[in-house]
Amino acid sequence: MPTAISEVPASGNEAAGRLASMADVTASDGALRRFLHGLPGVDAVGLQARAAALGTRSIKTTAKAYAIDLAISMIDLTTLEGADTPGKVRALCAKGIHPDPTDRSVPKVAAICVYPDMVATAKEALAGSGIHVASVATAFPAGRAALPVKLADTRDAVAAGADEIDMVIDRGAFLSGRYLDVFEEIKAVKEACARPDGTAAHLKVIFETGELQTYDNVRRVSWLAMLAGADFIKTSTGKVAVNATPPVTLLMLEAVRDFRAQAGVQVGVKPAGGIRTTKDALKYLVMVNETVGEDWLSADWFRFGASSLLNDLLMQRQKLSTGRYSGPDYVTVD
Amino acid sequence: MSSAFDYAPAPESRAVVDLAPAYGLFIDGEFTEGTGGDLRKTVSPATEEVLAEYTQGTADDVDRAVKAARTAFGKWSALPGAERAKYLFRIARIIQERSRELAVLETLDNGKPIRESRDADLPLVAAHFFYYAGWADKLGHAGFGPDPRPLGVAGQVIPWNFPLLMLAWKVAPALACGNTVVLKPAETTPLSALFFADICRQAGLPKGVVNIVTGDGSTGAALVAHPGIDKVAFTGSTEVGKAIARTVAGTDKRLTLELGGKAANIVFDDAPLDQAVEGIVNGIFFNQGHVCCAGSRLLVQESVQDELLDALKRRMATLRVGDPLDKNTDIGAINSAEQLARITELADAGEAEGAERWSPACELPGSGYWFAPTLFTGVTQAHRIAREEVFGPVLSVLTFRTPEEAVEKANNTPYGLSAGIWTEKGSRMLWMASKLRAGVIWSNTFNKFDPASPFGGYKESGFGREGGRHGLEAYLNV
Repeated sequence: MPTAISEVPASGNEAAGRLASMADVTASDGALRRFLHGLPGVDAVGLQARAAALGTRSIKTTAKAYAIDLAISMIDLTTLEGADTPGKVRALCAKGIHPDPTDRSVPKVAAICVYPDMVATAKEALAGSGIHVASVATAFPAGRAALPVKLADTRDAVAAGADEIDMVIDRGAFLSGRYLDVFEEIKAVKEACARPDGTAAHLKVIFETGELQTYDNVRRVSWLAMLAGADFIKTSTGKVAVNATPPVTLLMLEAVRDFRAQAGVQVGVKPAGGIRTTKDALKYLVMVNETVGEDWLSADWFRFGASSLLNDLLMQRQKLSTGRYSGPDYVTVD
Repeated sequence: MSSAFDYAPAPESRAVVDLAPAYGLFIDGEFTEGTGGDLRKTVSPATEEVLAEYTQGTADDVDRAVKAARTAFGKWSALPGAERAKYLFRIARIIQERSRELAVLETLDNGKPIRESRDADLPLVAAHFFYYAGWADKLGHAGFGPDPRPLGVAGQVIPWNFPLLMLAWKVAPALACGNTVVLKPAETTPLSALFFADICRQAGLPKGVVNIVTGDGSTGAALVAHPGIDKVAFTGSTEVGKAIARTVAGTDKRLTLELGGKAANIVFDDAPLDQAVEGIVNGIFFNQGHVCCAGSRLLVQESVQDELLDALKRRMATLRVGDPLDKNTDIGAINSAEQLARITELADAGEAEGAERWSPACELPGSGYWFAPTLFTGVTQAHRIAREEVFGPVLSVLTFRTPEEAVEKANNTPYGLSAGIWTEKGSRMLWMASKLRAGVIWSNTFNKFDPASPFGGYKESGFGREGGRHGLEAYLNV
């Protein structure tokens, strides 16, 4: 995966300069609040109407085949259960490498997402495959732990070989307006992603948008995370009632688009939770295509956090190639 | 838009529409030949293919239709409101059942994208019939006295931009109130009205209650001038509206006019910008800009001009122009060669007068009538494109610095049909709305229609209201 800055139109120096000038807005709690509250507001009705309109595009034949493969390649295949075992993680890794054992033309997924204690197992199972290992660190999913604990959690996952860290923000701090605290925490976790050899794991920042209540908050938290150095912004943990929705994802796409225009840094977007069908996934891809364009149409910049989506994509793929629907027994359970 | 993710063509099937080679007039419940014998062709604006022939109605045909409507009026107006409501509900349901067929037909004949005829026009058409069906037995509670009476025979002339929707706006309230109608659809889009005639038969509507006379402006003029009608309702250009007003002047015919517009869409610096961009796009590019209430003048606060225009251009670049039957098409064909010539002439005038013209890169089909979505910046109040109605996908951008200036510029037009205000500040929105001289004012949205909401204009945009309780007044003796 390329680093975020190398792919964007602005040159590295220019981007760094623009980011430095944006550092002023994080100089104090007041300055950060004024900046975040100065962002354009969101009209909920209009946002939802636009998301719904994008959902009516008709994607079929060649476009559908392309989109299904693209969606497969963007999946963070996930198992985040207390009952996870090394065997289950290894099975998931095998599936990530060859999602459809009967058809080797199916692309592999982008990453396998596991708890920190399973990183080493996944890393070993995926050796040589090119698939990343993502790990949810920072006291996932509630994020309710002291900062040193979260940082230790992160360092542990990175040391075990995680390529990507999915961190959760402190929603309580955000909702009570302690924006600078959230900012500092993201920055600290980003530093904890550094490896001894000078490289760093990619940082995905999870907002749990279902708990942030308003669209204005989603826009603010997106900017907050990007200012703090997030490589990806991610909707949710998949552990609450309301996870990724099309309007929230559209709003986050608008945020990364505007952030690149202003700061010169490209940030990825990951809707997670509740995306189960091919139809839904295609709607998200249309949204990416028409909101931020093809610059984001790759696993480097857009991911699906999903566990059950893959099988539906595989069944739709089989349907496209054979003309007939198969069934759940024609794809692997994990 | 060039992208790795190119949408494959997704055309709606034409097979759902069964077109006859030629159509007569619908008079007294029957399709009949015209007395003049002249047939005209109606073409698909997207391909210039001849779809069918229709009859050029003569003054004699109009006379026959008016007489049929007059005869039917006695019985129809004497029916209890609840009985009339049954017919209207039945029509509404048949429209819903046949909505796919009607949407494809409308797109074929008009050139508008199927996405809009399917998702906007047809649901609204059915909704209008349902809505006014609900009023038919409650006219005594509409605020026009305990027992308001119908006017008689309504002569209705409708435009080509929303052929079936404008028919619904006119026919539904007229019938609900107990009037009978003679309707003349536009000469470039007569087909959906003829299909509607078939729906009236299917619904068992008594003979003569709805009559459809097709033809050009001369047919419309004969209808408007006919001494046997009691009410004229017209939607179309201000020029024709003025001619109709002159014809009707001095008679006891009632008149309502829905004419042109040059709406201001006003964006303040605190507006929800992403949604404002959508609203601007919807305001001017909906139905190829063939909308009398289109937001054709964008008034943007100077401080956000650059940001907004960048976003608007980026968004315009994603608009898909082409085959209207493709479900992924956003902008279809211009309705006729004449209209294309008018848009082209006005756009050229904009350039000649010094405004800066911009269109996204888009490939237009080789045949048919097409005009790329177009943006003019640096427009002033003195430019023709800021004053005259283009009735096409052409947006003029002006700027303002203070709310007072926005009001002044917005109202500085001979028209007054609609306006849009984009701001997060409720007090400013209400203050603006009270100052703007326009019949409809949308806030943080644009081009939203509902049968319960009255629609109509000020000044040269006409008078009278359609839709809502207010829309009943135009068809009642009050």
